[in-house]
Amino acid sequence: MNVTEGPGLRPRRNPKRSPWRYVVIAVMLFLALALADVVLTNPNFGWPVVGQYLFSAVILDGLLLTLELTAVVMVVGSVLGVILAVMRTSTNTFVARGAWAYIWFFRGTPLLIQVIFWFNIAALFPRISLGVPFGPTLAGIDANALVTPWTAAVLALSLNEGAYMAEIVRGGLLGVDRGQYEAAQALGMRPSKVFGIILPQAVRTIIPPTANQLVTTFKNTALVSVIGLADLLHSAQVVYALNYQTIPLLIVAAFWYLLLTSLLSYVQSLLERRYSKGYVPRSRPQAATGTSDAVALKEA
Amino acid sequence: METPMIALRGIQKRFDSVHVLKGVDYSVSRGSVSCLIGPSGSGKSTLLRCINGLQPADEGEVWVDGELIGLRIDGDHVVPLPEKEIADQRRQIGMVFQRFNLFPHMTALENVMSGPLRVNRADKERTRDLAMGLLDQVGLAARADHYPNELSGGQQQRVAIARALAMKPKVMLFDEPTSALDPELVGEVLSVMRDLAAEGMTMIVVTHEMGFARDVADHVCFMDEGVIVEEGHPDTVLTDPRTARAREFLKRG
Repeated sequence: MNVTEGPGLRPRRNPKRSPWRYVVIAVMLFLALALADVVLTNPNFGWPVVGQYLFSAVILDGLLLTLELTAVVMVVGSVLGVILAVMRTSTNTFVARGAWAYIWFFRGTPLLIQVIFWFNIAALFPRISLGVPFGPTLAGIDANALVTPWTAAVLALSLNEGAYMAEIVRGGLLGVDRGQYEAAQALGMRPSKVFGIILPQAVRTIIPPTANQLVTTFKNTALVSVIGLADLLHSAQVVYALNYQTIPLLIVAAFWYLLLTSLLSYVQSLLERRYSKGYVPRSRPQAATGTSDAVALKEA
Repeated sequence: METPMIALRGIQKRFDSVHVLKGVDYSVSRGSVSCLIGPSGSGKSTLLRCINGLQPADEGEVWVDGELIGLRIDGDHVVPLPEKEIADQRRQIGMVFQRFNLFPHMTALENVMSGPLRVNRADKERTRDLAMGLLDQVGLAARADHYPNELSGGQQQRVAIARALAMKPKVMLFDEPTSALDPELVGEVLSVMRDLAAEGMTMIVVTHEMGFARDVADHVCFMDEGVIVEEGHPDTVLTDPRTARAREFLKRG
């Protein structure tokens, strides 16, 4: 049968929507209203107190310290992670096992324990000294003077971060095509130069999990409140210890955590676009057929 | 007798239990083109990778222009060189891969410049001129600023050839350079290789392109099951092979 002999085209109509759709919407609306009712009418939420402290100096100082700590930990942890990842892929089994053991230990124990441990390192080593093992001591310093809450926090979070970043970086390095290593080697590049070719390619796959890790680390810094470092959470705690407005101040802290994590997610999407260079075709029209060049070549 | 540009002696290679190369002797004289043919799994690509040490041989010696590759002579023994020194030796041995392996985050020009800039720490302006010249030679000067994923397979392979040439190698190794290409793009790559051969480059080409072997090669090696079964002038090996195995393979091709 010829298609033109058919009954002709009829106008399209969207399929009928399921009646359950409206039920679900009604339930969701009801829940949202109930939540709004509770949140707005229950005076214990203390919204005026939230407003009073949201931009107060003590909270903003805490936020600043949390941000500084996150930044330092991410930088130190990333460098450590790259080193550990390279060590794990080393052909020297001693080096590779060492890195494996590090990652095993720091990922396998609770971060909270690590934070408390480093804060109390003076109990283990009252003096931290440089010297030859079992031999003479060259220089020493009182551990309590060296390990302040800040250094304990940086140490604990960075060492832990390094273990997580190592696995992320290693995954990225393994994800780069074998042929890329070979091409770089075939040009006569030494191992360090080969790494210089591979790492930028690995970065593309490393970014999304690293951004997740950044968000996790940002929130994990709240753990340092237990060693009395004046981060965002600890600052809120200090305030509610005085005025007993626990919930409003936790809301203040949560607000800032939520705002910053949302911002980080946005930055993540920007970075992902930036590093997709050479993977996603650029928008300008390309006719990569090669025929014109081939013709030119034959003529030459 | 003139020393050959490439000389392999008693090359053996195992991958776990598989004996891939079973004692290969092979030499290529200066300025000549040698094609390695044979069924897949016969050890052609592995032999090529032994030459630049991407897959170092377990036994045997590789000599390129009178230099022992990947090994150091120590009295009666040979000792493997450290990776850094093998890397330095690879500078004189260009290689082109079946799947191009261009660096995806660099433009065509940056790919060609990558060797001289990163390995030789060459002057940037001079390297740019050199790279543009090479891209022009392979007919791709107009595509210098394109990323590999914006180029066709044939164009990518031509950039890869230019990238290898930028190191001014003494020899060029081609590992099935047209096998990953659409049939209509094979000609442009072979044409570049033909020009290179005409300029007197010493080349070893692992290939299934019998036409290219017949027209361009000075020497053809037929490999099977880890040994060179038959070798000689293309007219002899390709049209009138002595061995039954070569005859069988060429009939199928």
